Amino acid sequence: MAKTHVTMKVNGAEVEGLVEPRTLLVHFIRENLLLTGTHIGCETTHCGACTIDIDGMSVKSCTMFAVQAQGSDITTIEGVANADGSLSALQEGFRMMHGLQCGFCTPGMILRAQRLLKENPSPSEEEIRMGISGNFCRCTGYQNIVKAIQYAAAKINGVQFQEAAE
Amino acid sequence: MIPGPFSYHRPASVADAVKLLSKLGDEARPLAGGHSLVPMMKLRLATPEHLVDLHGIAGLKGIRRDGNKIVIGAMTTQHELLASDVIKTSLPILHETALLIADPQVRYRGTLGGNVANGDPGNDMPALMLVLGAVYRLEGPGGGRDIAASEFYQGAYFTALEPGEILTSISIPAVAAAHGYAYEKLKRKVGDYATAAAAVVLTMAGGKVATCAIGLTNLHETPLLATDAANAVIGTSLDAATLKKAAAAAVAIMSPAADARGPVEYRKHVGGIMVTRALQRAAARAS
Repeated sequence: MAKTHVTMKVNGAEVEGLVEPRTLLVHFIRENLLLTGTHIGCETTHCGACTIDIDGMSVKSCTMFAVQAQGSDITTIEGVANADGSLSALQEGFRMMHGLQCGFCTPGMILRAQRLLKENPSPSEEEIRMGISGNFCRCTGYQNIVKAIQYAAAKINGVQFQEAAE
Repeated sequence: MIPGPFSYHRPASVADAVKLLSKLGDEARPLAGGHSLVPMMKLRLATPEHLVDLHGIAGLKGIRRDGNKIVIGAMTTQHELLASDVIKTSLPILHETALLIADPQVRYRGTLGGNVANGDPGNDMPALMLVLGAVYRLEGPGGGRDIAASEFYQGAYFTALEPGEILTSISIPAVAAAHGYAYEKLKRKVGDYATAAAAVVLTMAGGKVATCAIGLTNLHETPLLATDAANAVIGTSLDAATLKKAAAAAVAIMSPAADARGPVEYRKHVGGIMVTRALQRAAARAS
């Protein structure tokens, strides 16, 4: 099958590649760009491990073709740290609140949470839980992930993070 | 999982999309949000030789008022429906239902047009379209035509779409400002299709139901309009006996498939409960 030339911006850098139309965006990101922080979990659009940010949307990159991302602006987990290399508020939140155990779901969780906080800077616990309902974690039971996102929201809003009483 | 090979087309106009689909025939599929088709392609349950991506066509997106109607472009995503003040104020049942479809990521890509045109009995929006009296605008090689949602669904994945035709917009007549509405969906988990779901839009006058429409999701190979059930509640104050009668009338037309969501008897049983709950919640919201 003839290959198509695609260009897009990934984590601020212009990238290009040759892809078959059937190449999934997640495969292009991992195998052509060698950005392996974006994970492949279920491959059936359920688990959210492959979530990236594309043109202001959280998208499961296993359910979009690379040719469809022509000209788009993408952020993956490799692009979320602060410009000086320090951890972003969300990365710090996941570290401080122990928001991960095995870490497999974390890149997708952080990309999804980042978009959620852009759209809703002060989400309730319910809104956080519904906001990450397309991301599966099989380790934590979500409690610490919710806390990590609350920590990040507080930090972004410049207020003291108060853990809710258990 | 990697889909079979295909050629990718990205037309810039509806006319070009229709031309391509007509020329390429059965081996071509239109691609909207892709969240039904792409998973099927990865499982090789669908192996189209050509995909005609509709994302390049300006004018297939957007929500606008047109006189007494609200017209929604077929490529409008569920996320865009949720963000729309017009939908929130004038067609709140669409807002309530969109929140129950899949998960946030899927809603950024999944479209209203794809949801209603795919013919999947598990999709939530078709039952609403029946309840709201929606009309679909189709464009094909022979020109455009309008078809009522109630005439559109013929069987599981079989619709009135002719070869080469695509859905371009959905037009929904205005609903009375004081209407009550509810979409009750039983599902095993967030993101799942309905085990059973019911959509209700009604108006009340003097404590009694004045008008009512009831739609059913995933309880038959097509979405259903439960006309007898709706007629059973008109003129009543939705007392217990009436609710029981309405639920029974709705259950009588259900013929769900047995699948991982439960055996036929169970799905019909909970289908009746969804009808009852949707009626009660809609009535409480009507003013």
